[in-house]
Amino acid sequence: MIRLRHKLSKGDFVLDVDTEIPDAGITGIFGESGSGKTTLLRCIAGLERGGNSEDLPAHKRNVGYVFQEPGLFPHLTVRGNIDYGARRATTRRVDGAPVIDMLGIGDLLDRRPASLSGGEAQRVAIAAALLRSPDLVLMDEPLASLDRKRRDELLPYFDRLHDELSVPVIYVSHDIDEISRLCDHLVLLDKGLVAASGDLFDVVSRVNVPMLSGRNAGVVLWATPVDHEDGLTRFDFGDGDIWAPGEFETGRSPMRLRISARDVSIVRERPQQTTILNVLRAVVEEIHTVDRAVALVRLGVGNQSLLAQVTNRSVSRLELQSGERVFAQVKSVTVRH
Amino acid sequence: MSLYGPLWLSAQLAFVTMVVLILIGTPLAWWLSQTSSRWKPVAQAVVAMPIVLPPTVLGFYLLILLGPDGTVGRWWVELTGSTLTFSFTGLVIASCIYSLPFAVQPIQNSFEALPRQTLERAWTLGASRLDAFFSVAVPLSFRGFVSGMVLAFAHTLGEFGVVLMVGGNIPGETRVVSIAIYDHVESLNYAAAHRMSLLLLGFAFAVLLGMYIFNRKWSTR
Amino acid sequence: MHRTLVLLLIAFLAGPVVAEDPLRVAVASNFSRTFEQLAVRFSEETGIVVDSATGSTGKLYAQIVNGAPFDVFLAADADRPALLEASGKAVPGSRFTYATGRLVLWSRDADDCVEALHASKWVALANPDTAPYGRAARDFLQHANHWQDVSGRVAYAENVMQVLQFAASGNAGVGFVAESLLNSPYAPTGSCTWHVPPETHSPLEQQAVLLTSNGEDERAIRLFEFLQSDAAISIISKNGYGESR
Repeated sequence: MIRLRHKLSKGDFVLDVDTEIPDAGITGIFGESGSGKTTLLRCIAGLERGGNSEDLPAHKRNVGYVFQEPGLFPHLTVRGNIDYGARRATTRRVDGAPVIDMLGIGDLLDRRPASLSGGEAQRVAIAAALLRSPDLVLMDEPLASLDRKRRDELLPYFDRLHDELSVPVIYVSHDIDEISRLCDHLVLLDKGLVAASGDLFDVVSRVNVPMLSGRNAGVVLWATPVDHEDGLTRFDFGDGDIWAPGEFETGRSPMRLRISARDVSIVRERPQQTTILNVLRAVVEEIHTVDRAVALVRLGVGNQSLLAQVTNRSVSRLELQSGERVFAQVKSVTVRH
Repeated sequence: MSLYGPLWLSAQLAFVTMVVLILIGTPLAWWLSQTSSRWKPVAQAVVAMPIVLPPTVLGFYLLILLGPDGTVGRWWVELTGSTLTFSFTGLVIASCIYSLPFAVQPIQNSFEALPRQTLERAWTLGASRLDAFFSVAVPLSFRGFVSGMVLAFAHTLGEFGVVLMVGGNIPGETRVVSIAIYDHVESLNYAAAHRMSLLLLGFAFAVLLGMYIFNRKWSTR
Repeated sequence: MHRTLVLLLIAFLAGPVVAEDPLRVAVASNFSRTFEQLAVRFSEETGIVVDSATGSTGKLYAQIVNGAPFDVFLAADADRPALLEASGKAVPGSRFTYATGRLVLWSRDADDCVEALHASKWVALANPDTAPYGRAARDFLQHANHWQDVSGRVAYAENVMQVLQFAASGNAGVGFVAESLLNSPYAPTGSCTWHVPPETHSPLEQQAVLLTSNGEDERAIRLFEFLQSDAAISIISKNGYGESR
């Protein structure tokens, strides 16, 4: 485990973090703007003066940092940029070829940063950070500066990072979709304090976290694609099946499915004539009033959970109570990697 | 008076001053661009002073400071046995003060135009501050360096008032081209004044042109 | 110098001559203080208002040649007035010596000024090419066979005032200055002075001319008369000059 302990005062804002994260995989840091995500990252990297647990200058800490903007050195070629950190690595040396391969930048090596697209530049920046052979990689909303199309192009590379990288990564984002897709562990930051920290699947299925409400509420399930029909794929998530659009390779390793709370509704009796394909038996576990109109309900489906966003009105009309058996209707499933 | 002698002397003075100012001006410009010390405005004002001071006033105080009774001059006489005033070295010192802001300010501006993130990225990639300075900040501030060098050189080439006060007009040592031209005019030798002026203009133009062509070639590499 | 420029600016802008415009006199810098005193006396005696502009002889000459509207020119040498006369810018026959300069060796620290010529690191004199006092200094040095020894240690000043500056700041061990400078209330205290024998150098005649730019001005002629009067001569010699001829 890696201990993150940072305390910093910056004007009116106070960052006070003390938590542990796994030393493998991708840990997401989620929060809205102003919550201190970037500040925390900078503290870890040694870019903020004061408030750090050790007093090492930035260049002595073995961290790789990927900024929001690629910020490549314009006077060096791509090769020069990725060599920059490699040449200054003090501990073990990461081999360049697999990294270049993983990020698909082999063709770009002799180009100048000015001639690269946003997505290409960001991939180069990641390669440069990795080739520094760091003990920890920090990514500060690396996809935020890209438009939708480029982001979609880049996400598969991040998936590969997740699968192939042995160095732990801290990934900061305000986009719950990215976090749900890529991260294993989740830290929620609110006004400079840690609101929650734990396994991603676990944290997202909590109902009483104000940050994870509305658009941000939704669970992530591991599921294996089992077969195809009518342009849909049936996924086995262990406690049942779920259909999702698209034809995914069957028998492959499990994939993440994100089910947004807004896409889940509750019925007492199994509906007969409905366009919604996914109807699952569930047990009401917890009902949490979010505000005057809306409530978040955690439904147990086997050993896993779903979140449903419903109105308080509906809760009272259906007289929903914890422990009751109901059916969960899942209108749409987003298949993540 | 020879035609080329004073110009050669001026060229040497301008060149030496330019080199010295790059060497001492660069760290100063870097500190000014990076610091958030509350002394920064004071330092900036001091650096900018030579722009405002009349050259003859500057020269007058240098005459005293660099003279055998002055703090600097006295030490120099002890060290070397000769005076700083009326010497080429004295002129270099005077020119460095006179042209200081012209060298420092463009370089400082170039450094300040560097995005902070660029330096931070270099640090996170393992570069110490000194390493980052040489491997990233300097190459990306090339424009500022050229500008500073050109201005320091040109400004010193045209220097008159300060040299008038501390030079002593000694042929081959402190009789720079601006003084020589002035003397020709004063002694009504207009023909010689024209010749020397033309030579100076031609030389200055050639040097400046050369520097700007080089600047362009380097930037579009 | 600046007053000259301002004067020129006003002169060019003012257009036609206004009735009570003062008599405009261009005065060589070294004589300016003396001239101030003379002007006061002159105005007392005649009621004529005099406006003087000072500068180096060379600069004033150049301005006059280029049309500056002075009425009278009091130079620090004889050459420039002669040139003006020859080129028709000065009234023929108006040229006369109003004062004779006296060359003096001066040192701030040395006991013996003449010895200081040989012992000092630097000897200051005005630029012989541009200043009459400098030329006179060199004449003397050559005449006395000192030039070989001294020339390698000469620091050239623009004018005698700068010579005094060099010597008074200790940068030059000794310098050739004008005696008139030493009579000023601001003159520094030296440790020695030595009058250079006048026969060893070309005469330091300071000559005046009437300028033709504004036609012959009655008042200018009266000024000239005044300059040769006893009262004027006494003021001039009190200021360290020899008499006019």
